Amino acid sequence: MQADRLSGGGLVDRSAPLPFSFDGEVYEGFEGDTLASALLANGVRLMGRSFKYHRPRGPLSAGPEEPNALVTVGGGAKADPNVRATVQELYAGLSAASQNRVGSLRFDLMAVNDLLHRFLGAGFYYKTFMWPAAFWEKLYEPLIRRAAGLGALSGQPDPDEYEVAHAHCDLLVIGSGPAGLMAALTAGRAGKRVILAEEDFVLGGRLNAESFEVGGKPAALWAAEAAAELAALPNVRLMRRTAVFGVYDGAVYGALERNADHLGAPPPGLPRMTMWKVHAPRAILASGAIERPIAFGNNDRPGIMLAGAVRSYVNRYAVLPGRRAVVFTACDDGWRTARDLRAAGAEVTVVDARPGAGRDEGFRTIRGGAVVDTAGRLRVSHVTLRHPGGTEDSASADLVAVSGGWSPALHLTCHLGGKPVWREDIAAFVPGATLPPGMHVAGAARGDYTTLACLRGGAAEAASALGVSPAEAPEAEDGAAGVSPFWRVKGAKRAFLDQQNDVTVKDVELAHREGFRAAEHMKRYTTLGMATDQGKTANIPALGIMAELTGRTIPETGTTTFRPPWTPVPIAAFAGRHKGKHFHATRLTPSHDWAKENGADFVETGLWLRAQWFRRGAEKGWRDSVDREVVETRGGAGFCDVTTLGKIDVKGRDSGAFLDRLYRNTFSTLPVGRCRYGLMLREDGIVFDDGTAARLGEHHFLVTTTTAKAVQVFRHMEFARACLWPEMEVSLVSVTEQWAQYSLAGPKAREVLARIVEPGFDLSNEVFPYMACGAATLRGGVPARLFRLSFSGELAYEIAVPARYGHGLAEALAAAGAVPYGVEALGVMRVEKGHPAGNELDGRTTAADLGLAALGAKKSTGFIGREMERREGLQAADRPALVGLRPVDPSAKLLAGAHLLEPGAAPKTETSLGWVSSVAFSPSLGSSIGLAFLKGGMARTGERLRMWDGLRGADVAVEVVSPVFIDPEGAQLRG
Amino acid sequence: MRIPCPFCGPRMLEEFVYLGDAALMRRPAEGATCDYVFLRDNPAGRHRELWRHEGGCGAWLVVERDVTTHEIFGAALAEARDAG
Repeated sequence: MQADRLSGGGLVDRSAPLPFSFDGEVYEGFEGDTLASALLANGVRLMGRSFKYHRPRGPLSAGPEEPNALVTVGGGAKADPNVRATVQELYAGLSAASQNRVGSLRFDLMAVNDLLHRFLGAGFYYKTFMWPAAFWEKLYEPLIRRAAGLGALSGQPDPDEYEVAHAHCDLLVIGSGPAGLMAALTAGRAGKRVILAEEDFVLGGRLNAESFEVGGKPAALWAAEAAAELAALPNVRLMRRTAVFGVYDGAVYGALERNADHLGAPPPGLPRMTMWKVHAPRAILASGAIERPIAFGNNDRPGIMLAGAVRSYVNRYAVLPGRRAVVFTACDDGWRTARDLRAAGAEVTVVDARPGAGRDEGFRTIRGGAVVDTAGRLRVSHVTLRHPGGTEDSASADLVAVSGGWSPALHLTCHLGGKPVWREDIAAFVPGATLPPGMHVAGAARGDYTTLACLRGGAAEAASALGVSPAEAPEAEDGAAGVSPFWRVKGAKRAFLDQQNDVTVKDVELAHREGFRAAEHMKRYTTLGMATDQGKTANIPALGIMAELTGRTIPETGTTTFRPPWTPVPIAAFAGRHKGKHFHATRLTPSHDWAKENGADFVETGLWLRAQWFRRGAEKGWRDSVDREVVETRGGAGFCDVTTLGKIDVKGRDSGAFLDRLYRNTFSTLPVGRCRYGLMLREDGIVFDDGTAARLGEHHFLVTTTTAKAVQVFRHMEFARACLWPEMEVSLVSVTEQWAQYSLAGPKAREVLARIVEPGFDLSNEVFPYMACGAATLRGGVPARLFRLSFSGELAYEIAVPARYGHGLAEALAAAGAVPYGVEALGVMRVEKGHPAGNELDGRTTAADLGLAALGAKKSTGFIGREMERREGLQAADRPALVGLRPVDPSAKLLAGAHLLEPGAAPKTETSLGWVSSVAFSPSLGSSIGLAFLKGGMARTGERLRMWDGLRGADVAVEVVSPVFIDPEGAQLRG
Repeated sequence: MRIPCPFCGPRMLEEFVYLGDAALMRRPAEGATCDYVFLRDNPAGRHRELWRHEGGCGAWLVVERDVTTHEIFGAALAEARDAG
């Protein structure tokens, strides 16, 4: 039973009834309704409770500026909190619930806060929850957190899909009221590519909410015809349900399209929302204006609405929000509401704050009067009226329509730093002279309030933006809109400004008394304008009141800056598809599947997944697998996938000289067919990365990098080539993904390799010694590159094949008798051998710190980092340098990150001698071993120190040893 | 913000990596490296900067940009001699 639905008119489809529910009650609305209009049609006025005082609230507006009517739509994981009922489109089966209540909406237990309002004013939290400090964490914060907030999140992962997309056009038109439609018609008829973005689900803006005519026909019909013409133009894209929320550099506009929020059962594959990045060299901002309320006593009761919103409900939704209406206005626009309400059957009293305003139109009229107070528990029932002489009387009323004038919705003009300017004649801020590049403002958004001015302005701005001729504007009303600034009724009790955050005139007065008078201070002290609606209806009246209190003008008092977004945008919409596994790509090596079939557990290394260890048979913990892999490799042969190391192909006549400038050591002297370890420094002298370079030809090197730094090293080398030495003849190509590469290590590595390469390939030490490299052919005719490099300290080879042969090579290596080992065993063996890795190349260490000062020490040519490496501080004798550590008790465990101290020293920053960088359990030595940076370095070999870790409670006696724990002479790797 | 890559045309910011002042291209002889590494002009206005089109052609570019408005006046290939 839609008791308050008008029998005719409006843009609702009475042939399409839609059942929906609110707080469990089932109602019926029509196609074309919002949730708010459908509830109003059903006689429901109470839709929410306020934030702080839990006062009963109904809708104040009929649009996106709504502060009060916030509800949760849907349930379970899909529950969407703080949805404005005034913009939520109705669909069959919509289920909504009220928020911020304990108990029912009608009997909210937290409403006791309203009785305590005297104590809960602005600054209450700051003043009350100050002491004792110990109470904050345990008592105050949980208390405040429980009481604060409106709707609650579901706490479950969002099941919906979101999309991010780009769109391009010659002209973006923001808003589809009279100015926007004319701008789009002007550009569209001229053949320009136009995007018309409208937040609402119907085009036309205010034209749908008014009873006057445009071009000799009802305004809404004119708008529908204009929209139909635009829809027929192939160069025009109409985007309804799309809010342009931000302006960004380079003429990019952020827009949120709600694709599925109006559908009860969205088709599969349709995203819930799309985040559009609209590239528009020109834009027309036709965002209209927002009506301002007037602050009077208890002006927040359900049934008190903005006058323009009342016209929207009557004319667009065919809903009569009240039968005994009081229109309280300070401008001519309020009188339109009085007329439309009377035409719809209501009994209307007009209270105009301006003495002598308005003609006699047969209403009960009080000129120069005011509404001072209201009564009614869950809906307004009476108002107290003040007459010009000061006498007051009470009148029965179930609807109060309020208009304090209009403020241009100029938010988007401020996003790139534009400052609004005050226009005294319309008592409003309008866009300033500095607009975002390419943006023009038309219609009410720039302070043109008559319909004809909007129509003409939209056409003219589009014409001037694009250099085309303007579309001809139809006839329309052009009455001057008289307005006088009127912010509040003096002497009123509890007059609300920011209804969502429950900020009253009294709070602004308190802010003034306590010195928070600048607009930004007032905002933060009172929280005015800081709720989800960002004070769209509250900011200007509050500023007006502060100006009155300080005796300054409004421009002197200031305005707050508007930042993106104009309307709340879910973070999920920004993320789009970048969630879960889609957040990053996953890089897999060619033998990933083989590793998986052979029991590998994987570890993420950047985007790569690398085999961490290979579980065998009854192995219970990872250590069992890792210890076995080390023992089997050092006792026989093992192989490890090292495809993820960066590989850079360097070619050209100057390749050698180029690498000399990039590395601390020299490569131009490297013979063809040989490899060399290389250390790359940053320009500030700190070690950047390490790797090897293999000379494959006179003018051809292959450089490897660590897995972690592959991207940065290539970027750095390209910088050196293109920006520092463009005259050098050298070219760089990253070939990381083109080659699958495996390290084959252990005393039996040569035997295993011999079973894989074509018979006759000479692997003897004489022909292919340590640090040799060259081309080879594997059995089956697979082309390969061989490098005799060792990270483990064993006799070892690295074998590279084109990526497509990687899987097959892993199979062949296993069949030939090598056991696979993962990056953990690789790490154990490199610690045993004392090779620095990521933990040692940590962006703070120099070559000398790493014990690598001899590398390139005799080099005569310059290289990146050479001069800065010689800085005094980097040469200091007491810099921590690389050493090895063993626990005195072999069963004790070392910890990476622990500090090193003198045996008797107190654990303090000043007494720390260094830190442990890497640790491993060495199966070869049967004890925990570590690499560490120690003041004095290797000179302290043999000393006993204390390894102390306050976080993990470790205190272990350790001995300083050589970082090379096994085969210090290198007999094994050269064997 | 879009950067007009000489190879790829105007492309979105997300495709680029920023390095810094284009003065980094003038690497000095030994003796002046400290200033080269640590001292930068910080103009409020037009600035010549190094960007790499890493998500595209991979070219290092010299981009002239107003750092107060983010207006971009042009981009040239860094390895072209006249860009430095």
